[in-house]
Amino acid sequence: MQLWLIPILPLAGFLINGIFGRRFSKSLVNAVAIGSVVLSFLWVVKTLFGLGGLNDAHIEHYFTWIQSGLPDQPDFLQVNCDFMVDRLTAVFLLVITGVGSLIHIYATGYMAHEGGYYRFFAYLNLFMFFMLVLVMGASYLLLFVGWEGVGLCSYLLIGFYFDKQFATTAGMKAFIVNRIGDFGFALAMFYIFRMFGSLEFSKVLPQAASATEEKLAIIGLLLMVGACGKSAQIPLYTWLPDAMAGPTPVSALIHAATMVTAGVYMTARSNVIYYHAPGAAGIIAIIGIATAFFAATIGMAQNDIKKVFAYSTVSQLGYMFVGIGSGAYGAGVWHVVTHAFFKALLFLGAGSVIHALEGEQDMRHMGGLRKKIPITFWTMCCAWVAISGIPPFSGFFSKDAILAAAYEHSHPIYWIGVITAGITAFYVSRAMFMTFFGEPRGHHHPHESPPVMWIPLAILALLSLAGGFLFNVPEYLKEIFPPIHEAEQPWLVFISVAAGLIGIGLAYVIYLWKPGMADSLAATLKAPYQIIYNKYFIDEFYNATVVKPTVWLSRVVLWKGADAGLIDGAVNGIGARSRDAGSVLRLLQSGNIRSYAAWVLFGGVALMAAMALAGGLR
Amino acid sequence: MMTAVPISWFLTLSAILFALGVAGFLFRRNIITVFMSIELMLNAVNLSFVTFSYHHKNVAGHLFTFFVMVVAAAEAAVGLAIILTVFRNRGTLNVDEIDSMKN
Repeated sequence: MQLWLIPILPLAGFLINGIFGRRFSKSLVNAVAIGSVVLSFLWVVKTLFGLGGLNDAHIEHYFTWIQSGLPDQPDFLQVNCDFMVDRLTAVFLLVITGVGSLIHIYATGYMAHEGGYYRFFAYLNLFMFFMLVLVMGASYLLLFVGWEGVGLCSYLLIGFYFDKQFATTAGMKAFIVNRIGDFGFALAMFYIFRMFGSLEFSKVLPQAASATEEKLAIIGLLLMVGACGKSAQIPLYTWLPDAMAGPTPVSALIHAATMVTAGVYMTARSNVIYYHAPGAAGIIAIIGIATAFFAATIGMAQNDIKKVFAYSTVSQLGYMFVGIGSGAYGAGVWHVVTHAFFKALLFLGAGSVIHALEGEQDMRHMGGLRKKIPITFWTMCCAWVAISGIPPFSGFFSKDAILAAAYEHSHPIYWIGVITAGITAFYVSRAMFMTFFGEPRGHHHPHESPPVMWIPLAILALLSLAGGFLFNVPEYLKEIFPPIHEAEQPWLVFISVAAGLIGIGLAYVIYLWKPGMADSLAATLKAPYQIIYNKYFIDEFYNATVVKPTVWLSRVVLWKGADAGLIDGAVNGIGARSRDAGSVLRLLQSGNIRSYAAWVLFGGVALMAAMALAGGLR
Repeated sequence: MMTAVPISWFLTLSAILFALGVAGFLFRRNIITVFMSIELMLNAVNLSFVTFSYHHKNVAGHLFTFFVMVVAAAEAAVGLAIILTVFRNRGTLNVDEIDSMKN
């Protein structure tokens, strides 16, 4: 089926734009960048039609990538460059290339006045390539290649405005925090290889059922560490809010819709491992719900519109992990899909607002934009109702499926999830009210975005509204995931919907009905407000406990001590001692023949004396 | 009659000649004398070679001696040519003054 064409097309786009883009006109750069991704999307669609029902995984073998040891030895390692498409991959392929195409189109409008135009699209295409390798790779190692590749592109695109200090710092932060997660992932792969003798999904996962729970739990937890890094879960979530330093289309594509869901993909792919290690799955659920709640509360007090949606993304990723941890893999992946629609829409809408206000991101300087940029407003409203969980829009279905599974799994997790749903509705409503309603607070002259930007918004708006009942992902994925017990509690639906409505209502009261109430509430609840506003001081905490000691250790011990002291000391010391020895020995080189002769004699006598002492030649 | 003279006498003579050569090499400053001291040392070695060759009834010692003599003759030719050139350029035969390689 020529699966390799799917990732190769964006790679070709990257190479063409990356090498020749500087000399290209903008329209040519657009044609290459959008063309490659749209072609890739069309090829995905054609492939999936060609493969039909996809009841079994379709694997294409290309070549042997790594081979080590002898085939009948236990340490025989063979990693193939194989691509695999099953139903799970199919869902991700459609989301990545579909939403990716829309965001590429949008970005041509958003980035029109930015420098480094071709560079931006080259990176974006490279990201698409690696993301597609990530979901199509038929082994953990090939998945890891894509995993690291998207991390690299994330770093490059966060630091896209490389002349700004905060952007480069944010890029480094994302890269370094992800290293911690990747370390866990690498350890997991070592352990998988040691236990199952292979890294191919088709060999590892069928064997997993026969392994002991303890070993599977270790693998599951190590994989979870990797997922926590990439998908911004506690305690490694801090890079994602900072990653908003990148251009807004990057935030939408990489840091909301696709890359950050790689952790969900990887854990869903490893579902057999978690199914047989319920302890590890339970920890994932706990981390997921803690992240969801924690990030949602932070989102309530942020004033930067992109920061609000960044924390919202962290929170929604938490929901997906609750789904995974509760055994509802289908529901988790469903939320990936609907979240890709509505969160990409929220980010692109925020980008449209920022674009309209010429770079303003602070919601305190917005307000009253409803009339000025109506298309942006109405499309964002679609995302608003979707993320708030209002039926029958997309977020409602996936969130409800997750919460239903969570109810079966553990009641406290369910109730925290419901409260988080309310908070989610609250902060998104707050952002909408502060941005679009009330009196204009800025001194800008907003202008509606061009069609190239609002048409992708409109398509995403339709998907946000209808995506839930159009694409019943759990039903489609039922065959490949372990069965779950559906909660037969119809009243659960009403509770989560009520939580969403209460959140919206509260936001309406505080920010629209009684506009002074927000400030007076912040003044009365000064201590909690300050804690939330300052993101629980987690960054400061990490700075004090991890970053500062590491920097100190690097500077004082490793740099001044080991490098400058030990290594430089040894090298320079050898040099200096050689020079000292030379300054003494050069006295021998007098140029006086008779002294040389004396030395020769001395040497000869010494040699003979030594031989005599050693007892002659024999 | 040779049996009357013990081998140790020849070797002692050889050693004395060698020591004289060494002493001459070390303590004389005239380059010609130094050169002659080298010849003396070579011939002292030749004497031991011949002695041992005779003592062990082995012709190898003789062969070595011939080689040494040939090489010494060649060396004398080259060496004297160098000495001549040095004297022309420097106007001295004192080895202590021929130290331009220093520094």
